[in-house]
Amino acid sequence: MRKNLNVIAAYSIMMGLIILVGIFQSWNIALSIFNLCLISAVMTMGANIQWGYAGLINFGIMGYTALGGLAAVLISVDPVQEAWSAGGFDILMSLWLIIVMVLVIRFILKRFDKSKMRTYSIAAIIISGILLIRFSAEPGIEAIEAVDPAKTGFLGGFGLPIIFSWIVGAFFAGGLAFIVGKVALGLRADYLAIATLLISEIVIAIIKHEDWLTRGVKNVIGLKRPAPYEVDLQTTDWFINLVEKFNSDKLEIISNLSDRQAALNQFVIEGSSVFVKLCYSGLFLTVVIILLILTQKALYSPWGRMMRAIRDNEEAANAMGKNVVKQHLLIFILGSAIVGIAGAMLVTQDGLFTPGSYRPMRYTFLIWVMVIVGGSGNNFGAILGGFVVWFLWIEAAPIALFLINFFTAGISETNALKAHLIESVPYFRFLMMGLGLLLIMRYRPKGILPEKIEIK
Amino acid sequence: MDILNAIILLLNYIFIPALTYGSQLALGAIFVTLIYGILRFANFATGDMMSFGTMVTILFTWYFQSLGISLGILPTALLAIPFAIIFMILYMLSIDKFVFKYYRTNKSPPVQLAMVSIGVMFVTQAVVRIIIGPSDRRFFDGEKFIIKAREFKEMTGLNEGLALKSTQVLTIFVTIVLVSLLFWFLNKTKTGKSMKAYSDNEDLALLSGIDPKKIVMITWIIAGILATIGGALYGLDKSFKPFTYFNNMLPIFAAAIVGGIGNPFGAFLGGYVIAFSEIFLTYAYKKFFMYMLPESMEPESLIQLLSTDYKFAVSFSILVIVLLYRPSGIFKGKVL
Repeated sequence: MRKNLNVIAAYSIMMGLIILVGIFQSWNIALSIFNLCLISAVMTMGANIQWGYAGLINFGIMGYTALGGLAAVLISVDPVQEAWSAGGFDILMSLWLIIVMVLVIRFILKRFDKSKMRTYSIAAIIISGILLIRFSAEPGIEAIEAVDPAKTGFLGGFGLPIIFSWIVGAFFAGGLAFIVGKVALGLRADYLAIATLLISEIVIAIIKHEDWLTRGVKNVIGLKRPAPYEVDLQTTDWFINLVEKFNSDKLEIISNLSDRQAALNQFVIEGSSVFVKLCYSGLFLTVVIILLILTQKALYSPWGRMMRAIRDNEEAANAMGKNVVKQHLLIFILGSAIVGIAGAMLVTQDGLFTPGSYRPMRYTFLIWVMVIVGGSGNNFGAILGGFVVWFLWIEAAPIALFLINFFTAGISETNALKAHLIESVPYFRFLMMGLGLLLIMRYRPKGILPEKIEIK
Repeated sequence: MDILNAIILLLNYIFIPALTYGSQLALGAIFVTLIYGILRFANFATGDMMSFGTMVTILFTWYFQSLGISLGILPTALLAIPFAIIFMILYMLSIDKFVFKYYRTNKSPPVQLAMVSIGVMFVTQAVVRIIIGPSDRRFFDGEKFIIKAREFKEMTGLNEGLALKSTQVLTIFVTIVLVSLLFWFLNKTKTGKSMKAYSDNEDLALLSGIDPKKIVMITWIIAGILATIGGALYGLDKSFKPFTYFNNMLPIFAAAIVGGIGNPFGAFLGGYVIAFSEIFLTYAYKKFFMYMLPESMEPESLIQLLSTDYKFAVSFSILVIVLLYRPSGIFKGKVL
């Protein structure tokens, strides 16, 4: 108990802060912060097992998040029949061509020894394959994108419940991580960081511009929800009764019957959105807890010990007969898959997929701040980092506004400097993040909750 | 005549824009490569440092404009750049003193320094946005064109016009002067040679009496000059927007690595490699073939290898290929 005192204290402070937001701002805001904190926590767990367990830098978190989001779209949206009949055949043809291309390249790689000839022939196959695919897919893509472009203009998905996409998102992200890992994992740490960052940009470019698959920057809106809709709840009897029970003391004060009905309606509207958010919180919390149990088990298993050994001394681990390359690839895939789950959860919660909103600042660097601030190598630390940093990211603007007003209290409202500062309040969040990261790295380089290794 | 038209077309839409864009990338790439070679970390704050330098240039430009000072046909910003450089150098040196020095003296691993540079990136970005705001700003004044497309057509009687913007000429000219000065400094002066030695082998350099503090300071000074001029030239040619500058960090990294990180000459050429391949692969060659081929063979489609949406993706793919087949870059990195 005593050993874990700092963990318990840190988490209670965090929950206290969120509850304070609930009391002083509104429960709606508090819950939406809490939900995004949970999603961020999943992302940091993914980054943490790559960086904290194995010392691999993955600056491509944005790409895996976006792939998870894509999975949510492809799983939950109903298929667009006209689009399939217009261009489905061409797309399937191209898919088949890609598979053939990959198989041929594999065959060449296996069959022939390394030589210039082999490299050139592979390059020739890739280039001619890409040209062939472009020409064969072009009419199909155009036909698909012409199908009711204002509403669909893409192939749609499978029309399954969106929850499945969380698993599929993990597979998508893991698949990409397999390719990236095969290509880039041999690189030195900082090269790996740059390479993954750039590859994630390529992924985003593809998602943004392949309209037949993702609708691109036209966005996909109105995804199905795993939780009930507010509008339905507001007309459901048991929910109205529940709200009435909860607010009975407030309602009793109002004597006028019509006033009381109006107040109840207000409570029901507020309550319905809180209820929906609570449903999401429940789902997300389940995922976080399952992942936490799994990652904790892994950390203290022989496999976790091996990973730490590889991280701390690659050569020694190699000499002990551990396959470093294979383990690196494995952990790269696992971590990315977890990030993919988070990406699908994010789109599920928002109910919309906006490829234009994936930016490295928000989805890569912020997550890294979370990992570093929370404490790399420690799952509780990583989750805490997700909570603290996201909380500050959202509440930075109000805090900055308060500070500006406090320090410039003596200056008149019309002062140009004060007006300018108040206008640029949203950007103080970057300042806060940067200073936070620099201070933590300087004075507590292992994060708020440092890694500690107990041998059980 | 058709061949001349085709050549002018390529000059106007590929060669000159790529040369300009390449010069802007090259300056940034040399900045990245110098920091990497001497301070030994990947500086993720590159784009934002450039935007900081540009912001200071813009502020000075506004100040001069309010005083009524101008350079006539040349942009006022040219006058502002030297002042901005002084400011920028002070900023760089203070960042080094308060942030990077601690990790350098502790001999932290490069990864940690890269993480710290992300902190610097956040702070610099915040400062720029708080001072000047996130919106798009143009600060170019003076004569916009050296040759206008219409005038060129009238002059030569060709179908294709050649537009030459003064910012393009300015960018290329300033880059050539600056880069030759830099290479002269690195190769011929004693300080430059000691920088080279320090980059090659730190311990040996220290043994032969090279003062590391001086080397680091000079590196930051050169970095400040490069960041300000590179950023200001980009802003003059296109426009200044903090977010674009942050994004430019990615092709700049690509250029530095493709050229061989740690090697300034490689970085210089890498900038052009990236710029030319981006524009070559995404240009629609339909008109070019219309001039070159007989009428019966005229193409119907745009003859575009990749849509312009994938402009960034091209440079990143080149980088991935280079990393796979030649991780030390085209021009053997890490020699300086």
